[in-house]
Amino acid sequence: MRITQGTFSYLPDLTDEEITKQIQYALDNRWPCSVEFTDDPHPRNTYWEMWGLPMFDLSDAAGVLAEVNECRKAKPEHYIRLNAYNANYGKQTIALSFIVQRPSEEPGFRVERQEAHDRTIRYTLHPYAADKPHGNRYNGQQ
Amino acid sequence: MTPPDRLPGSKIPASRVGFGMARPGHNSAGPEASEEAGKDEQETLPPDARIDLAKERAETGIEEVFNSLDAELIGLAPVKNRIREIAALLLVDRARAQFGLSTSRPNLHMSFTGSPGTGKTTVAMRMADMLYRLGYLRRGHLISVTRDDLVGQYVGHTAPKTKEVLKRAMGGVLFIDEAYYLYREDNERDYGQETIEILLQVMENQREDLVVILAGYKDRMDSFFVSNPGMGSRIAHHIDFPDYTLQELEEIGNLMIQAEGYSFSPEAEKTFREYLDRRKRQPRFANARSVRNAIERARLRHASRMMAADKPVGRDELTTLIPEDFLSSRVFTDSNAETPSG
Repeated sequence: MRITQGTFSYLPDLTDEEITKQIQYALDNRWPCSVEFTDDPHPRNTYWEMWGLPMFDLSDAAGVLAEVNECRKAKPEHYIRLNAYNANYGKQTIALSFIVQRPSEEPGFRVERQEAHDRTIRYTLHPYAADKPHGNRYNGQQ
Repeated sequence: MTPPDRLPGSKIPASRVGFGMARPGHNSAGPEASEEAGKDEQETLPPDARIDLAKERAETGIEEVFNSLDAELIGLAPVKNRIREIAALLLVDRARAQFGLSTSRPNLHMSFTGSPGTGKTTVAMRMADMLYRLGYLRRGHLISVTRDDLVGQYVGHTAPKTKEVLKRAMGGVLFIDEAYYLYREDNERDYGQETIEILLQVMENQREDLVVILAGYKDRMDSFFVSNPGMGSRIAHHIDFPDYTLQELEEIGNLMIQAEGYSFSPEAEKTFREYLDRRKRQPRFANARSVRNAIERARLRHASRMMAADKPVGRDELTTLIPEDFLSSRVFTDSNAETPSG
């Protein structure tokens, strides 16, 4: 099941050229970019692990893309996303965030039903990948 | 990082298959790839076409860069010639690319050697502008750094620091002033060596992303290249900046004075020449920088003279520098003693 999180997630995966253009758009707006990765893509898992520090004072997308590629090399079977932060007063929030890599297989989520008091049923989402320990989740790779 | 089929003129790296992992039944090189190929074909000119190089040249707007080089930089004839040659090569390469002739991206890394104050940084800035207009750089900004910005203080600090600077310089020019400090012969465990290794790797693999310019004194740069042969061989253009002649220094002084809204009285002009002549023969003479400092000090003396006179002043008095403003300099009073700074 394809995970849809962040901007462009209903589009086909972006090519490097398209990613470069998005990064350039962010940099032209003076939004610093950062790279994050995770192997727990649950929708409520907001804070992914940081790949290095956010990159300030860049003017060209090549530097950010190089960092994305470094992360891909080190984490070939993880989800990787790129965030652009708008630091302007009154905004101070992520302005753009999109997935730039996903594992080759995404097993998806199952619904779990929990019977509670009376005849209440509670529903929760459980990623199949999360059955395995952290770090071995997708194809047993880091 | 980018495939070799990228045209030197194009601002976008050639398309690369995206991050979509190869999936069964998913043909990654789909319609996009064929579209790209079609576009390339359209751009190739027939073999009998003619290209007007002069027009191409005018379109890039590099003429403006040359004009400002000529107007703002006195002398430096060999440097200007070399820049013109590089520009011509890049223009011809662009024209060749339009015929579909294979042109590997030329190696544009440079080394600027010369005494202090000969205009290395200024020329580097113009160079960034020119390469941007010719389409060899995507942004055309200049990041000027020294050893401190690249080399770390402890183990493991250098690589991230250097990479951070390189990332900032992407798409533009990385100008490393006094690059020979990166290598310390007497200390083989110096972290500068790590910086040099990272630099070499980027200079080789990411040639389309940035241009590195190393600058410094001639003799020390020469020994730097001798002890780092890899660096020397990756730099195609070794440009030497000659010292200015007395005449050129005078013209520089006049330009600076005009820019500041001052002028010389006729006698002051003679005194200024005399000053430059004496200063030039003293140690630690820094060419144009010394001229600037001399003018700054003359302005100071001029201002205190105005205040001391204690009478109403007009436009002429406020803008004219007279011989006394220069004569009280230590250059005139003790000719062979310790020199003033700069």
